[in-house]
Amino acid sequence: MSATLHVKVWRGGADGAFQEFEVPRRESQTVLDVVTHIQRALDPTLAYRYACRVGMCGSCAMTVNGAARWTCRTHVDKVANKGELTIAPLRNLPVIRDLVTDMREFFDKWARAAGQFRGARTRADDFARVSPQSAERVQADAAIECIGCAVCYASCDVLARLPEYLGPAALNRAWTLVNDVRDAAQAERLRAVAGDAGSLSCHTHMSCTERCPKNISPTAGIAGLKRAVARAALAGEL
Amino acid sequence: MSARSETLLWVAQRASAGLLALCVTVHLATILYAVQGGLTGAEILGRTRGNPAWAAFYTMFVLAAAVHAPIGLRTVLAEWFGWRGRARDFALIAFAVVLAGLGLRAVSTVFA
Ligand code: FES
Repeated sequence: MSATLHVKVWRGGADGAFQEFEVPRRESQTVLDVVTHIQRALDPTLAYRYACRVGMCGSCAMTVNGAARWTCRTHVDKVANKGELTIAPLRNLPVIRDLVTDMREFFDKWARAAGQFRGARTRADDFARVSPQSAERVQADAAIECIGCAVCYASCDVLARLPEYLGPAALNRAWTLVNDVRDAAQAERLRAVAGDAGSLSCHTHMSCTERCPKNISPTAGIAGLKRAVARAALAGEL
Repeated sequence: MSARSETLLWVAQRASAGLLALCVTVHLATILYAVQGGLTGAEILGRTRGNPAWAAFYTMFVLAAAVHAPIGLRTVLAEWFGWRGRARDFALIAFAVVLAGLGLRAVSTVFA
């Protein structure tokens, strides 16, 4: 382990440039530790986001040596290349400043993919009983742990070509709801994920699945949506 | 285009892809088998002319290609060149008709 890390950090907006820093190497150091050291010790004007530091909140994702990662759970050991780190904002999102991106479009797409739960029961009704072993619940469980970090969104090649594509996270969310037997807006949801920018635009490159820090497979969910949407279209229900 | 039409196009492309996988395999296997020991144009026509089973097979092949290729191009035109909308779709229908026309003409010459 060399004593210092050579770190290039993106500064400015879309037309910014990399700035170089030397950061002391420490044991069990994460990429977020490196960025925090720069901000606290070397340049207090550096803008970046984090909150929980334990992989729950999804706010700390950045592009590290070319790949999107959650930086609070990424050890420098795993990603540094000969003592060098290049840290940039996430791709496919507008850069506000330094390592901070504008995530509005990312979250708006969850709404556009009908990502809200729409129940039909009232408080007068009994609890819905969903067996943990039921096929739908098992499918939803596999996709439900998303923390909204946008690593998948930044890794998606389709989005780079088709900016209006809903993207892996929003479609993964829709897939959990398609498998929610209590939800009463299924037809509307399938319509939302069937259009020009929906699930059918996925080219199955699987970058999202490869990069998801929670080991979710949005690709599998999107494939499920494609089948559901195709079935509905053939049945004239779309 | 409506979500339903988009989806039906997608289904048509998957279905035609399945047919094409079968057709291309049979087509290549037949060529490899038939060219053993050399081949002339007259020999080919001797075998293909008046054979309704092969004529039907190649008609299906041509139609599957005429469905499959334009739908794929539709996505390529949107993603690479940002070309969407009615004009693109009409251009692609014309392309499908040309593909089907050329293909069916070839089928009728070789098999009729
Ligand atoms: S800081 Fe919360 S997930 Fe990394």
